[in-house]
Amino acid sequence: MGSPFLRLTGISKRFGDFQALKGVDLEIEKGEFVCFLGPSGCGKTTLLRIIAGLEAQSAGSIEQAGRDISRLPPAQRDYGIVFQSYALFPNLSVADNVAYGLVNRKVPKLQARARVSELVKMVGLPGSEDKFPAQLSGGQQQRIALARALATSPGLLLLDEPLSALDAIVRVHLRQEIRSLQRKLGVTTIMVTHDQEEALSVADRIVVMNQGSIEQVGTPMQVYRDPATPFVADFVGRINVLPARAEGSHRVRVGATAFDCSHDCADGSEVKIYLRPEDVLARPIVAGDSNVFDAQIDKIEFLGSYCLVRVNSPALGEHRLTVYLSLNFLAEHALEVGGSLPLRLMPDRMRLFA
Amino acid sequence: MTTLAAPRPHTAVRLRATASDRIAWLALAVVALLLLAFLAAPLLAILLKAVQDNEDRFVGLANFVSYAQTPALLQSLWNSLWVSGVVTLVTVPAAFAFAYALTRSRMPLKPVFRGITLIPLLAPSLLSAISLIYWFGNQGVLKHWLTALGFEEIYGAPGIVLAEIFAVFPHALMILVTALTAADARLYEAADSMGTSAARKFFTITLPGAKYGLISASLVVFTLVITDFGIPKVIGGNFNVLATDVFKLVIGQQDFQRGAVVAILLLAPAVLTFAVDHLVSTKQTAMLTARAVPYRPKRNPLFDALMTAYCVIVALLMLAMLGMAIFASFASFWPYNLTPSLRHYTMGLFDAEVGEGFINSLTLATGTAVFGTALVFTGAYLLEKTHGAGPLRTGVRLLAMLPMAVPGLVLGLGYIFFFNEPGNPLNGLYHTMALLTLCTIIHFYTTGHLTAVTALKALDAEFEAVSASLKVPFYKTFWRVTLPICTPALVDIARYFFVNAMTTISAVVFLYSPETKVASIAILNLDEAGEMGAAAACAIMIAAASTVATLLFWLLARYVERRTQAWKA
Repeated sequence: MGSPFLRLTGISKRFGDFQALKGVDLEIEKGEFVCFLGPSGCGKTTLLRIIAGLEAQSAGSIEQAGRDISRLPPAQRDYGIVFQSYALFPNLSVADNVAYGLVNRKVPKLQARARVSELVKMVGLPGSEDKFPAQLSGGQQQRIALARALATSPGLLLLDEPLSALDAIVRVHLRQEIRSLQRKLGVTTIMVTHDQEEALSVADRIVVMNQGSIEQVGTPMQVYRDPATPFVADFVGRINVLPARAEGSHRVRVGATAFDCSHDCADGSEVKIYLRPEDVLARPIVAGDSNVFDAQIDKIEFLGSYCLVRVNSPALGEHRLTVYLSLNFLAEHALEVGGSLPLRLMPDRMRLFA
Repeated sequence: MTTLAAPRPHTAVRLRATASDRIAWLALAVVALLLLAFLAAPLLAILLKAVQDNEDRFVGLANFVSYAQTPALLQSLWNSLWVSGVVTLVTVPAAFAFAYALTRSRMPLKPVFRGITLIPLLAPSLLSAISLIYWFGNQGVLKHWLTALGFEEIYGAPGIVLAEIFAVFPHALMILVTALTAADARLYEAADSMGTSAARKFFTITLPGAKYGLISASLVVFTLVITDFGIPKVIGGNFNVLATDVFKLVIGQQDFQRGAVVAILLLAPAVLTFAVDHLVSTKQTAMLTARAVPYRPKRNPLFDALMTAYCVIVALLMLAMLGMAIFASFASFWPYNLTPSLRHYTMGLFDAEVGEGFINSLTLATGTAVFGTALVFTGAYLLEKTHGAGPLRTGVRLLAMLPMAVPGLVLGLGYIFFFNEPGNPLNGLYHTMALLTLCTIIHFYTTGHLTAVTALKALDAEFEAVSASLKVPFYKTFWRVTLPICTPALVDIARYFFVNAMTTISAVVFLYSPETKVASIAILNLDEAGEMGAAAACAIMIAAASTVATLLFWLLARYVERRTQAWKA
């Protein structure tokens, strides 16, 4: 593989005594859709603003398309940006907003107008050229902001929590549109988000960040299935954490019970088992399966087609476990709070962290 | 791949400056230079004069000592303090009650009451002093009321106190209305749900909520009174205060050194006000969360009637004050021939050359409005929306807030000391209209600055970032987006500058020449010459001009609103 489209090397940022970024290294390939995911204050937005040149890094360098852009001001970099607040110019029409960057490049009027109508059509709002931003809904405004950012065909698209200000339904719809638009145009895209579902559903790769450092870089599947750190396991999706002790190879003891586990750990070491609620199976369980135990239902939280069920079991000692069970399954077995059922921990899904 | 230098954690990377960055820094440097030359330098000149003798030798605190050893001057200090104290004690509760009626009752005609209380802002403060002389002066219509109350005459402390109450009332009212408007209805609902009495609600919710407003109003009133020059000049008689002392020392006796000492004494309460106000405003904003629900008063016939009665009394007093000045200005020969005539107007306008002064006033007000608004808004924009040049930025930010803490009298004095210095290359400006305009702009800079900053902060913080990403230089976005959106704020700032330039006395009283004498100064001269009727006429003309200007600005604001704010949904 050649050199990456965007290469961050040792990016650090401090605000006074606060170290917002601690030496971040990252490479992004051309045409990739990358999400920066993390809790607020993890440094994801700061990192995006440094890539945009809106903040200066305290140390480190950035290379884009083979060019060192570390010290270039925003206007000399090559990107389009969309903010959570839309940042549309309220006194300019949709057409003037979208053409804002074109006018400055001395694009002939007719050509600019054609480009504008092409763009508003592309973001699904044909015919809205003469409207003012205040006449559009939030989702529509964000589409126009996207059109404005793409108008000059930048090599890099930066999205700073673009969907956070929108209603849940609009959010889900728009993120898929952004995704398919990005595929079509092939523009390298970085989106900052704190919404894991959003990141999982649109990204080619997710960069999980915490306290100014990268915890893991991987595909959505890797990040979900094989979290590299306890933080990632905890932050992305729901997860059970069970304190345990390793016993020989591929055995861990929780409370009074030893379970099989695909991971290997030093004998006798204290570990924590990370296991997602869907990786605790209620069926099918057949005779001879390992890791099976009887559990009793503590609490049922109704979530629609699925229920989040909290169980306890003598096999786990004082620890509680949360599992996903379908509404149909609960109905079929007439399970209620206090009822009991056999459960199985999937050995290959158990992640062990020290 | 190119080899990169090892990251040095403690030296920040700087982005290369673009041409538009440099333009912004240059513009900011120009604003800084203006503020240094026309604000910082004159103030420094006062501080220097206070520690020098009349041959510019350093004498330490000798001038202060000599001041403290002059009983007459100390008497003025005491007079200033107690008069300002009394005015504060009367005005703040009175204005609080009025503000309470405006915000917490269902009183009818609120806009009318509000409008009437704004009258004093449209005229020079000494209008109230002139009025009081007609009511209670030696030939006043109600002089016997005064003697019945045991006062010998209106001239002196009683006149100053009464006139100042009238003049500063709107200032206190505006602050308190703001403080009382910022109330969270939820607190009252919670109290009601627990069956709290009205009195308890007042003392546990209302008063604590308005606490900072009360502090702020008290300080502002005290400062305005202690630094006011016009009222004590007209109605003070032999009762000396600091403000009149400064004038006598500097203009009369050419005692610059002790004048500087008094100026520093006047600066002290203003600086204190400034510091406390700053502290208070940071706390005030934290008090009201975004989730607060605005308070809506409920109907309560008895309470509403009481509040209305109170406001009617206050409004009538205000109108009586203004009305007497108008009446007297038309009276042929007070108190013997009260038939209306334009004698004072013609006499004032033509014989006493007030006409020229009036033209000067309009020139000053227009210049202040145009250049002041441009300077203030540009400065605020550069501070809020451009980046880099850190120390310069901090400097301008501080200097922009400083005028709030500098009384006009002190500023004017600083201008004499600084610009009248023969060695000063800017000496040519002395006595010119340009300097009067600059002085007035600086005098009222901070309020305009804060208005501009508020308007700019309301804009999306990312406009400039978006522009940069689209490779549009900041000044194009300023012209195409920022300026059009902020036009209503610009009109507001211009109106504020215009009206204040029409009515101000304190700073310009030190700076005018016969050619640049403005109308508000002409009133003082007419009063001194015993031409009370003409003085009243002149004050009324200023008030009329301010009113007309305010109306025109209001129309302009509406026009602008329609033209540039069409995008508002």
